[in-house]
Amino acid sequence: MRTRTALAVAAAAIVALTAGCSSGGGGAGGDKADGPVSLKFLSLAWQKESIAANKQIVDEWNKANPNIKVEYVQGSWDNVNDQLVTSFEAGDPPDVIHDDSPALAGFASRGYLLDLTGKLPAELTGDIPKPAWDTVTFGDGKGGQGVYGVPFLQESQVLIGNKKLLDAAKVRIPTPDNPWTWDEFAEISKKLTKEGSFGVAWPLKSPVNKVLNLALNFGGTFFQVDGTKATVKVGPEEQEVMRRIHDQLYKDKSADPSALGMGTADPLPGFYAGKYALLPAGVYLRQQVVEQAPKDFEWITVPPLKGTSAEQGATSQTLSVAADSKYPDQAAKFISFFLNSANQAKLAKGDWLLPTSVKAASDPSMTTTENGWDVATASAKNLVVAPYLKVNGFDEWKSKVATPTLQQYFADKITLDQAAKTLVEEGNKVLERYNN
Amino acid sequence: MRRPLQYLALVAYMVFLAFPLVWLLSTALKTSQEMASLTPTWIPRHPVLTNFADAFTEQDIVGSALRSLVVAVATSALTIVLALPAAYAMARYRSLVNRLAVGWVLVSQVFPFILIIIPLFMVLRSLDLVNTLPGLMIVHVTFVLPFALWMLQGYVRAVPRELEEAAAVDGAGRVRAIVRVVAPLLAPGVVATALFAFISSWNEFLFALVVLKDPGVATLPLTLVKFTGAEGVVRLGPLAAASLLATIPSLVFFAIIQRRLRSGLMAGAVKG
Repeated sequence: MRTRTALAVAAAAIVALTAGCSSGGGGAGGDKADGPVSLKFLSLAWQKESIAANKQIVDEWNKANPNIKVEYVQGSWDNVNDQLVTSFEAGDPPDVIHDDSPALAGFASRGYLLDLTGKLPAELTGDIPKPAWDTVTFGDGKGGQGVYGVPFLQESQVLIGNKKLLDAAKVRIPTPDNPWTWDEFAEISKKLTKEGSFGVAWPLKSPVNKVLNLALNFGGTFFQVDGTKATVKVGPEEQEVMRRIHDQLYKDKSADPSALGMGTADPLPGFYAGKYALLPAGVYLRQQVVEQAPKDFEWITVPPLKGTSAEQGATSQTLSVAADSKYPDQAAKFISFFLNSANQAKLAKGDWLLPTSVKAASDPSMTTTENGWDVATASAKNLVVAPYLKVNGFDEWKSKVATPTLQQYFADKITLDQAAKTLVEEGNKVLERYNN
Repeated sequence: MRRPLQYLALVAYMVFLAFPLVWLLSTALKTSQEMASLTPTWIPRHPVLTNFADAFTEQDIVGSALRSLVVAVATSALTIVLALPAAYAMARYRSLVNRLAVGWVLVSQVFPFILIIIPLFMVLRSLDLVNTLPGLMIVHVTFVLPFALWMLQGYVRAVPRELEEAAAVDGAGRVRAIVRVVAPLLAPGVVATALFAFISSWNEFLFALVVLKDPGVATLPLTLVKFTGAEGVVRLGPLAAASLLATIPSLVFFAIIQRRLRSGLMAGAVKG
């Protein structure tokens, strides 16, 4: 008892002694909605240009709207969802939240986010195509559906090519209207493979999203969704892209197996050194190439590959409003301004991603041939909602089943049939828990 | 022959220890192009300071380092103040309560910290300590204290009771014996425990992420992470520059405190 009292006294003393260091509490503005209000905006921009664009837009808003002051708070992709879960649970979330659509599904079903249906102006809703809105439309956990964010940046998978090597091999340079097929890509990769260098490097440290997004080239969806119940399906359509990548690694030997354990940006030094001629990557990787490549290095953006179609699964970066926000209408108003077409073009440019806004996509800065923007922007037409976005339990399936299984398959430790069997059988065991 | 070999081993060990810092310095001075070279170099071909400029202009490195220092020093001090008497009691008095306390300290170490984050946040919020450095200090002391207690208890046990008894024979009361005889002998243990508390607090990220939401009170780990992006892509140059600068306060702290970290004070203390 005495110890407890002593601890309590000590704790009180600590608080009293250190109170001088306090910054003061920070809520999301005052309680009155009729006076000036203050909104917290958690942004995940991290590139220099992107942070500058975000801050500039926030400044413009604050100047034009002195009664709705927005405070810019920079978060990090690395840990945003841990940060948000604790904030939501504790009832102290930021008012406006930057995240990506895979995270929204779980947050929406737990009631953490505001349904934005009817809260956004037609000018904004009409400027963003339906496939993009599909990436933010989720169940509310009570049987209904809602729109839990505004999609504004998307990523397509392209190839970044060493122009000198492609020219020397005299291969056809594809265009968005006439892209390479996967067969053509396999042949060209073989042609580009020489002593000590490879046609392509597949960095597949985190293989799941890349494989699932590309699988749509052959109609592979990996999931069958019936109402709220989902099951895993790995048929011939789903296996096609997996098999083709595996063939490049072990049959054609046109892909470097040592790149398999790399993250997306890790093969870049080898790419600049001519070790790899082609690098499959998200469009954002162009920024790294522009920043890091030697001055005399020439490169091109190769349009997305085509299988039976050029469709790719897409997710979106999003802005959402916390359900616990004291000022939901003001937050929605800010989002509408922040994501107008002119601002979307600035944000896309800063992050080297694709805007969802149709008007922003036609901005001259998005269609210039410089740094492959024309090819990148044109690839947006191939994006459809990634089927896994609508699957409850996808994250667990991805981390516990799909990631290790795909890694083993691409490391040639198991066969395609074994991989398919594991993905389905073990995967369904995981999903079963979420289907109830 | 033996001495040169010893020096050689020492130099090799020094190189091993210094490698991360030297590499950090080398990276911080490189251009983006050189960082992406397939053949890494130790000495930058064209050293630049732009990474330092970017790190300083884009993020509040100095402010967050100072805040981290305040939190880490306060955590160390509070941990010692709270743990030292408790460790003495645990080591010297044998009772059921003591055994339970020791067991509880061990059990508390197996709890994943993520489990207590939300309850802890709610407690802090009710005390109006969210977004404050004192709030974070309390959290850090809470999670450092059990292990610090365990460490210090070992050091107290290592001080022979006979020394206190000898002091008592010479007329010292219990408090005087503890202050004049035991406390000086515990100095190396206290320093080691303080260093442990300091490092734990200096590096701590998750609690800080949850407790400190205002950019104006962010500690260093929260600021450094802002140079990292999605899919493991990082801005290596500014991150290396900021991390290098971030190391300096802790190096200074270590330099000041390490002189007290020595052993052998009790050698021969109880021999006749």
